[in-house]
Amino acid sequence: MKPFKLLLIPILNIGIMTFQTVDAKPATDLFFGEAIYYAHKGEYFDAISRLDTELGQYYGLDEPGLDSLHQFIDNAQFSVGDFELYYRMHQRAGRAITSVIEGNVEPAVRNKAIYRLAKILLQKNQPVNALHAIERIKGDIPDDIRDDIEYVKAVIFMVNGRPTDAINILTGLQSSSTHGGFAAYNLGIALLQLGKDDEGIIQLDKAGATSGSDEGTKAIRDKANLALGYKLLESGQPEMAKKYLDRVRLNGAFSNRALLGSGWADIALKQYDRALVPWTMLSKRNVTDRAVQEVLLGVPFAYGKLGLHGKAAILYGKALDSFDTELNKLDASIKSIHDGKFLEALAREELKLDKSWVVKLRDLPDAPETHYLMHLMASHDFQESLQNYFDLEEMRKRLLKWEVNINAYQELVNIRREYYKPLLPVIEKQFQLLDSRMRLRIEQRDNLENKLQSMLIAPRPQFLATVSERINGSRVENLEKRVKHLALTDESRQRVELLRGVLNWNILTEYHERLTQAFKRLRELDGVVADLKNTYRSFVRTRQSATQSYEGYDDVLNTLRLKVVDSQERIKTAMLRQGHMLETMAINELDTRRKRIEGDQVKARFALAESYDRAQKAQADEELLKTVEENARRAGELAKEKEKSEALKGGDINNVNDTTGKDVVK
Amino acid sequence: MGTSMAQEVSKAQIKGLDEQVQEIKKDVLGISTELALLEEKLLYPSNTQVSVFVSFADKEGFRLDAMDVKLDGQEVVHHLYTAKELEALRNGGVQRIYTGNIRTGEHQIEVVFLGKSGLGGVYREKASHTITKGVKPKLVEVKVAGSGLGDAIEFKEW
Repeated sequence: MKPFKLLLIPILNIGIMTFQTVDAKPATDLFFGEAIYYAHKGEYFDAISRLDTELGQYYGLDEPGLDSLHQFIDNAQFSVGDFELYYRMHQRAGRAITSVIEGNVEPAVRNKAIYRLAKILLQKNQPVNALHAIERIKGDIPDDIRDDIEYVKAVIFMVNGRPTDAINILTGLQSSSTHGGFAAYNLGIALLQLGKDDEGIIQLDKAGATSGSDEGTKAIRDKANLALGYKLLESGQPEMAKKYLDRVRLNGAFSNRALLGSGWADIALKQYDRALVPWTMLSKRNVTDRAVQEVLLGVPFAYGKLGLHGKAAILYGKALDSFDTELNKLDASIKSIHDGKFLEALAREELKLDKSWVVKLRDLPDAPETHYLMHLMASHDFQESLQNYFDLEEMRKRLLKWEVNINAYQELVNIRREYYKPLLPVIEKQFQLLDSRMRLRIEQRDNLENKLQSMLIAPRPQFLATVSERINGSRVENLEKRVKHLALTDESRQRVELLRGVLNWNILTEYHERLTQAFKRLRELDGVVADLKNTYRSFVRTRQSATQSYEGYDDVLNTLRLKVVDSQERIKTAMLRQGHMLETMAINELDTRRKRIEGDQVKARFALAESYDRAQKAQADEELLKTVEENARRAGELAKEKEKSEALKGGDINNVNDTTGKDVVK
Repeated sequence: MGTSMAQEVSKAQIKGLDEQVQEIKKDVLGISTELALLEEKLLYPSNTQVSVFVSFADKEGFRLDAMDVKLDGQEVVHHLYTAKELEALRNGGVQRIYTGNIRTGEHQIEVVFLGKSGLGGVYREKASHTITKGVKPKLVEVKVAGSGLGDAIEFKEW
């Protein structure tokens, strides 16, 4: 039995998957704001889809500078990359953010983008690329992410095997309000990575004594004390190790390993009775935990060292029973995964709404024992695969809904076509008649205006004569001809001239007034013409929208339908593969645990046999000792009796002694 | 029992499948965008389209519980807010609460909301606004600013 080894891995503390806007101010573009609304609800698919649509429309505009999105375009571009990152579309998010980095943007925006990109690369286990990215940060760094950038840079240095560079940064982050605790721990680990064990131990000691009552600080304290305890155990300082391991809270996530280590420290100090204190406590905890299973062998081991082999044998027996139960549980879990119950349980909607869904999973009938899968489920690879499975399932449901919608739209288009198609030719015919009449009237109006405009330069009073004046003018003209041909009297001629004079007088003297009136009427006519044109345009739009309500959709709908069907097929295949991968991961994990328990079982059997032998031998020795003691006591009593009888009788002493001696030997 | 599948899941397999899922996501998002544009054109053409958006003004301690929107006296939406939706609104998100079709010309829009103040007082605010629908889509923003001193609800046309 050997204690755990310390792994010099830094705490990343970079994968907090809650959305934070790039710009905290409310967006003043409605559609960008709508995308942000979905992102804050955690609905990244909708957020990306809406922002993509908006960006597509923006870039399709003739004058995008006039659009309300224009002043937020960099932010929107950046946000779409950000949303893609949260939707685990690392490739596309990386491209989007790279385009921002290479675009002409403010250094602060650019540096934020590089920071995001470096985080993506680090999460994707590409430490060298992450290093290349983070080294491109220069110039103005926004205050709100200054410590974040430094912290990520330090982690990147550590995973790239550059602890010296990491130490320089982490030393400066010790007083950071956001990263101080993590930086203190990582600094200790970096010093150990560098081989500066003494300084590393001092630093971890500091990290383990950080003040603060929030859960995060407590967890870091526990982690630092645990790491330090195991480091000291490894370096052969069990007394010091125990001091740190005992600092770990008894109810925290690291308590089981701390209790186990604490017991090991006592064993190393040969204080077997003291080891029983943490180990007995640990042995009563959930038996699926690896530390608890290990201690099921540890407790009897300590009893054995104390010489209590009978007790040890009993406890080894109990451990074997427990291992049997756990092996059965593991077998049942593996079977349930083979039967597809694991994926069924994972896909249940009601579980996803509950934060402790992983724990509740095992309450479902036939679902596998999730305690054994906790460690696996917390791993990055499993989480990514699981999220992909969920995303595929969500897309599958969306596509099903879209398929129904597309069919409904096709029906809608068909109904509209059936309704409008017979109506439109009749309407079109009437429209053409009205259209030609309208054009004629508008032409007449334009002629009228031209004439009136020319009269402003060259007055033409006759043009403004009234109808009666025109009729009367014709009559006077006839009279004038008749007077001329018939050679009538002067009186008659003068009367005709008078009539002509009156007519001309009225036309000439009222000319300006009539011209003004004519312009006024023309303006009134313009109002009517404007109404007419509005009605005309409205009609054209309505006719156009009627046509557009059913024309040009068939190809689009068919293409979309094909795309939906194709995606459904691809999702089906991907879900099968992803589901199989999750099942394999889970089975492998359970199988590993199974093998460990089987190993423990073998050890327990041998230890039980040995303890049993030792207990039996001890019992035999004890019985023999008791017999010897009893015989000795009886011999003593006989000797006393013999002395008495010698004293009383004084004869045959030798005979009595021989007999007694034989009995004793017998 | 020893029912191990004895299959390894390599990093390369995980990466390969992850990239495949990302490709599917990209394509499905493409379909979503195309479908959104199609739906807008087919169901809400610009000459009849009207959309109502809800946003929050910068006021602390106010909680929006429910909102009703009436268009020309007809209730078109009744929405109850979840904690997530409120958080999204507080963080600058804008909710599209209604999209529909109306004729060109003047229309009355009426908004009623129920909410709670920071001190727990329940109140109800109501405001109305006249919009003129033209050829372009009519976008109306309803800015909710908490309890009323005359500015509880603001309308803005886009």
